[in-house]
Amino acid sequence: MMSNKHVKEPLMHLTRRLNVSKKYAWAIRIGAFVLSILVCCIVSCILSPRVNFGFFFKYLFNGAFGTTNLVMALFREMAVILLLALAVTPCFQMRYWNIGGEGQTMMGAFGCALIVAYTAGKMPAWGTILLSFAVGVAFATVWAVIPALFKAKWNTNETLLTLMFNYIAVCLGAFLIKKVAPIGTGILNFSTGTLAAAGVNDFLIIFLIAVLFTVLMFVYMRYSKHGYEVMVVGESPNTARYIGINTKKVIIRTLVLCGVMCGVVGFLLVSVKDASFLSDNVMQSTVAGRGFTAVLISWLAHFNPWAMALTAFLVVFITRGANNVGNYARLGNSYASMMVGIFFFFIIATEFFINFKINFRSREEVTREPDDLADSEPIEAKQEEGDDND
Amino acid sequence: MDKTLAIEMVGITKTFGTKVIANKNVNFDLREGEILSLLGENGSGKTTLMNMIAGIYTPDSGKIYVRGEEVVIKSPIDAFDHHIGMIHQHFKLVDLFTAADNIILGERIHYQDDNTEDAAKQNAFARFFVHLGEHLKFSWLRRNRAKDLQAIVDQYGFGIDLSRKIYDMSVSEKQTVEIIKVLYRGADILILDEPTAVLTPQEIDKLFAVLRKMRDEGKSIIIITHKLNEVMAISDRVAVLRKGEHIATVETATTNEKELTDMMVGQKIDLNIDRELPVNPKPRLFIKDMTVVNKEGRTMVDHVSFEINGGEILGVAGISGNGQKELLEGIAGLQPMAEGEIIFHNPKEDKPVTLYHHDVKKIRDMAAEGYFHYPNGVKVDLKGKTNKEIVQLVKDEQIIFYEDEIINLKDKTPREIQELGIKLSFVPEDRLNMGLVGSMSIVDNMMLRSYRKGKGIFLNRKRPKKLANDIIEDLEVVTPSDQTPVRRLSGGNVQKVLVGREISSSPKVLMTAYPVRGLDINSSYTIYNLLNLQKAKSVAVLYVGEDLDVLLALCDRILVLCGGRVSGVVDARNITKEEIGFLMTKVPDEVELYRYKPLEETKEDTDDDE
Repeated sequence: MMSNKHVKEPLMHLTRRLNVSKKYAWAIRIGAFVLSILVCCIVSCILSPRVNFGFFFKYLFNGAFGTTNLVMALFREMAVILLLALAVTPCFQMRYWNIGGEGQTMMGAFGCALIVAYTAGKMPAWGTILLSFAVGVAFATVWAVIPALFKAKWNTNETLLTLMFNYIAVCLGAFLIKKVAPIGTGILNFSTGTLAAAGVNDFLIIFLIAVLFTVLMFVYMRYSKHGYEVMVVGESPNTARYIGINTKKVIIRTLVLCGVMCGVVGFLLVSVKDASFLSDNVMQSTVAGRGFTAVLISWLAHFNPWAMALTAFLVVFITRGANNVGNYARLGNSYASMMVGIFFFFIIATEFFINFKINFRSREEVTREPDDLADSEPIEAKQEEGDDND
Repeated sequence: MDKTLAIEMVGITKTFGTKVIANKNVNFDLREGEILSLLGENGSGKTTLMNMIAGIYTPDSGKIYVRGEEVVIKSPIDAFDHHIGMIHQHFKLVDLFTAADNIILGERIHYQDDNTEDAAKQNAFARFFVHLGEHLKFSWLRRNRAKDLQAIVDQYGFGIDLSRKIYDMSVSEKQTVEIIKVLYRGADILILDEPTAVLTPQEIDKLFAVLRKMRDEGKSIIIITHKLNEVMAISDRVAVLRKGEHIATVETATTNEKELTDMMVGQKIDLNIDRELPVNPKPRLFIKDMTVVNKEGRTMVDHVSFEINGGEILGVAGISGNGQKELLEGIAGLQPMAEGEIIFHNPKEDKPVTLYHHDVKKIRDMAAEGYFHYPNGVKVDLKGKTNKEIVQLVKDEQIIFYEDEIINLKDKTPREIQELGIKLSFVPEDRLNMGLVGSMSIVDNMMLRSYRKGKGIFLNRKRPKKLANDIIEDLEVVTPSDQTPVRRLSGGNVQKVLVGREISSSPKVLMTAYPVRGLDINSSYTIYNLLNLQKAKSVAVLYVGEDLDVLLALCDRILVLCGGRVSGVVDARNITKEEIGFLMTKVPDEVELYRYKPLEETKEDTDDDE
C-alpha cells in the first residue's frame, strides 16, 4: 500500500564503469582540458580588469610559443619534468610511493656541482664532465636507496621517509654551497667544466635524453622481466611471495634505477644551460618543485610514458603561458600556480567521470541503462554513492 | 496466515553490469515473529537480496514494504530507522575497541538520558560539559557504559563479557557482539548472513537457541544459509532462491530435504563424483612434526605428521581457521616452520638424471654416494671422467637413478623448491590475493611461474599465450579475450585459470585450498574432474575442503585438523559425516592414522561411495 507520505527516492546513484572505451576516456580528458583553460580564462577576467578573452589567449600562447627560444625552452622544461616523472614511475608501479624525486635530483645536482667546483680547470673539461656525471648519479642513487633499504629491512613507511629526505637534501645542499663559497649569494656559477661550457647544445641533449628514456622506460615496464616483477610486487605482494620473487631485491633494484635517472636529471640541471637562468649554476632551489610536479604527472598519466609526455607538455604549457599572462596583467607571482592548480583540479576530476557513471532516476519510470560490463565491485561503488546522496 | 508481514519485497531486480543478474523480479515476504530461512546455492543472490533490505545496495527496480509501508532504504542508517539489522558474514567490528564500544559505535546519542542528567545535576562542572557537548553535537562516553549494556546481554542469556576487546574474542563471540549490536539499536527484524559457516556444531546449537528465544519475543528473523539440516532445524518457513529468482516459499513442516534440494539445484544433478581406487599409491611427501607459529605468536599448526601418496586425493577437513592455510603455506615454503621436516620423494626411480636441475659437480657427488646406475645395471663411477664426458653421458640418458630422489624441503623458499626441480603446485584459498594478479591479463598470469625461463632480460609471451588459449578452450573459460584482466572474470573462471596453470606444469604434488568455494555446480564438477585426472596421473593431490559431502565423495583419505593438530587420518570410503564432524571439534585420545595396506586395498568394497 502506498502511504501519502512523501517517499524519498535517491536523486542519483553511481555505478562503476568497467570496460571504459579509450575513445570515451580521451573525449572526457580533452573536454576537461578545454574546460580548464576556459575556467582559467574566466577566473583571470574576474581577477583583473585588464584581462579579457582575447588578451588571455593571446598572452597565453605568446608566453608558450611566442618565439623560437620560448618554444625550445618549453620543450626543455617539459623534457626535464618528463624525465623525473619517468624516474618515479617504476616505484609507483611497485606501490612504493617515492615522493622524494625532488630530493634525489637535488642530491644529484649537488654531487655534480661539487665535482665541477673543485676540479674545473684542474683537469680536462671532459674529465670534469664525466666525473661530475658519475658523482651526481652516485649521490642521487644513494639518496634513493637509503629509504628503500629501510623499507626492505624494517618495512618503514617510504612516503614519509622520502618526503623528509627532500628537506634534508635541500639543507645539505645549502650547507655544501656555503662550504664551497663561504661568501656569496648561495648560487654557484660555473664557467668551465660543464656541458654548457663545452658548447653542447642544451636543447638537443636534454630532448634526446628524454626521448631515449621514454622509449626505454616503456620497453622496460612492458617487455622486460624486471618490469614484470615490479608489476607483480606492486599489484599483489602475496603472489610475488608465492612465485618466489625476492621482494626486497626488487625494491632496491627499482630504487637504484630511479636514483640513477634522478641523478641524470640533477647532472643536466647543473651542467646544461638552465632555461630560466640562462647560465649553468646550482643553488638551493635548483630543482624548483619539478620533482613534485613529476609525481603528479606520473600518477595522472597512469604510469604510461606516452601519456606522461603529453601531460608534462600541457603542464609546462599552462605554467609558462600563465606566467606570461600574469606578467602582462600584473597579477603577481602566484597567478601561474593558481592556473596550474585549476588545470590539475579538472584533470583529476576526469578520473571520477571515467570510472563512475551517474544514474539519475525519475520517480515514474525506473529505466536503467545497463553499464558497460559485468561483475563489478559494488561495495566500493556503494560507498561513493553514500557520499553523494546527501 | 493472519500474521502481518514484517517485510514485503515486490518485483525486486538488481543487476551488476549487463551480464550479472543478481536478482530477477523477486517477490519475498517475512512475517512478524517467524524465523525464515533463505536457501540457495552460492551465487544465487541471497546476500544481494538481503543487502537491499539492509541498505547496502539499492534495487534497480521493485518496491520494498516494511510493516505495510513502502520505504526506500538508502543506507544502513535508514535500515536501522526501520528497525532492520543485518549481521554480515564478515564482521564489521573495530578490533581495538571493547565489545561495548563497538556496540554503541555510531549510535545517536539521546541527551534525555536519565543517567547523564543525574550526573549533570550533581555539579555545575559536569552540567557545563554536558550542555557544551549538546551544543556542539558532541557527546561524552560514560565510564560505566559497558555495565548498562550488560542488561540486554543478560536478557537473552548471551554469556559474554562486554568489557573485553574484540581482538581477544573468538569468532563466535564476535558474532554474538554483532547480534547484540543490532538488538541494542532496537532492530526487530534481524538478518543473519550465513551465521553458521564459522561455528562449531556446539556453537550452532547455542546460536539457534538464542534465535528461537528472540523469535518468541516477537522478533522476525531471516537466516541465510545453504545447509539443509540447519534449515530444517531452525526455520518456520523456507524461501528458496535459484540463480537470482525466487522459486518458492514453503512451510518447513510440510517439506523435506529432498524437496528443498530439488528446488535449490533445479534439475536433479548426479551428486556422485567418480572415484577410482588409487593405483599403486607410493608415498610422495612426508610431513614430520610440522609446527607453524604465526606472526602473532599463535601456534597454528601443532606437530602435524602425515604423508601423501602419489595417485591419491588426500582431503583435509576442519573448521576454517584450524591450521589448513598455514599447513599448505608451510609445505609450499611460504610460512617458516618452527619445527619439523618435509621430505619429498621425487619419483626418479629408473629414470635418467638431467642437467636441468643438477650441475656436473652435484652429479659427481651423487655418483660418489652411489645414487646412479648405467642402463646395464652397473653402478656409475665417474672417477677419472672429464666434465665433458659426464655431460655427454647425461645427455645420452646413460646415468640412471637407483631410487627416488629424497629431498628435504625444510626452510626452502618457493623459488628454491622450484629450482630443485620439485614440481609442487599450489592453488591457494584467496585466488586473487595469492596465486594470480588481478589487474594482469590471462596471458601475463600464465607466466607467473615460468617467466624466468629463457635467457635475456626480455619476457617471452609466446608460450604463455598458447597456454592461456589452451586453458580457455579446454576448461571453457568464459572471457572476452586472453588479454582480459583476470579480476574481470567471474569466480569460477578465475579458478579455472589458476587451476589450469597449476596443473599445466605437470606437478608431482598438487595442493588445493577450497578450490570450489564460490563456484557453481558445473564449475565445481570441472574442478573435481581435473583433480581426478591428476590423481590418475599419480600426482599426490591435497584437497582442503569445507563441504563434508564433497570430501567424502571425492577423496581417498581424509586428514582432520582440529586446533592445528591432527585429530585423525581416516579412510574416506568407510566413514560417516558425523564421525568427521566429531573429529573436527575434538582431538580424540587415540588418534587414528589410516594408511594403505597395499595388498588388502584391492579387496576393498568400492560400493560404499556416497
